[in-house]
Amino acid sequence: MSLLGAVKALADQSWSIQLHESLYGYPIVESLHVWALCLFVGLTIVLDLRLTGLTFKTVPVSDVVKRILPWQVAGFVVMVISGVLLFYAIPIRSYQNIFFRVKLVLLVIAGLNVWIFNSGVYLRIQAWDRDPIPPARARFAGFASLALWVLIIFCGRMIAYNWFDCDKQPQPHMINTLAGCELEAPAP
Amino acid sequence: MSGIADMLWHFAKWSEATPLGKMIRNSEYAFPMIEFVHLAALAVIGGAVLIVDMRLLGFGLKKTSVAVLAKDAQPYVTGSLIVMLLTGIALYSSEATKCYASAAFWIKMASLLLAMIFTYTIKKRVAAGDHENKLVGALSIVLWFGVAWGGRWIGFGG
Repeated sequence: MSLLGAVKALADQSWSIQLHESLYGYPIVESLHVWALCLFVGLTIVLDLRLTGLTFKTVPVSDVVKRILPWQVAGFVVMVISGVLLFYAIPIRSYQNIFFRVKLVLLVIAGLNVWIFNSGVYLRIQAWDRDPIPPARARFAGFASLALWVLIIFCGRMIAYNWFDCDKQPQPHMINTLAGCELEAPAP
Repeated sequence: MSGIADMLWHFAKWSEATPLGKMIRNSEYAFPMIEFVHLAALAVIGGAVLIVDMRLLGFGLKKTSVAVLAKDAQPYVTGSLIVMLLTGIALYSSEATKCYASAAFWIKMASLLLAMIFTYTIKKRVAAGDHENKLVGALSIVLWFGVAWGGRWIGFGG
């Protein structure tokens, strides 16, 4: 089965339809997503601000990393669960939404940024733990994370708007390709 | 209609008629873009408020003094609050009469007023005093989360 086929099968499930059409269920899930954004992205920004050397300069970097990690994980879990539910409620439109697709790519890049930081400059944390301005690689990781999360928030918010939706034709060819729109063959 | 309700209704009508309100309403992209900036500032204020509130509650950066943390976070709280207020006013001006009829909007405005007063009086003094204070930390979180929740529900027509 193609990915689109799988997504269409999801959309046919009764729980998906119920969540989509619920008076309170969908808004509550979306509100949880925004709350968890404050917790997860907010604390990520705190760490990024320390890494860039913009503020919290007297706090050891390892202290920020270790002590906010459990809270970030908690926020992240709520974000992912509520995010998956939001997708599950509106599967086909989300799957064919250009902002949703870009958001997923940006999330992967944000994950790679964390991985590069953890397996690189953070291994030598003892050498710069108390530096008010961390080394260039750490500052880069901080600025990259700030930029990525701003873009992720942008894409997330724009998913709600239908400018590039597949049912809104004609669209430029590139948009249709990136969004994975299935266009009906022109009438003979 | 009582005097105050009448006044607020007229203020809403007037706001929608301002050039700013008209411009945003007539543009396909202005509202979403302003909304995005509002949401990005929410993430910043969320982190800057939470890191101090968590410390007041006895969580998070426990080795750092409350006063130092509060002082470092302060410009980010105030800076993002200013961005949120400016973008919030712009969003309001484009749909003020809808907001007037929205319970969520008034819940948000009430929590926002309390949260701002609380942040710049009691919480500021307690944090500068450099002691953990669970009640102040918890109250701050409840008030600000009320603001975020009310804000999201304006969009659902609540």
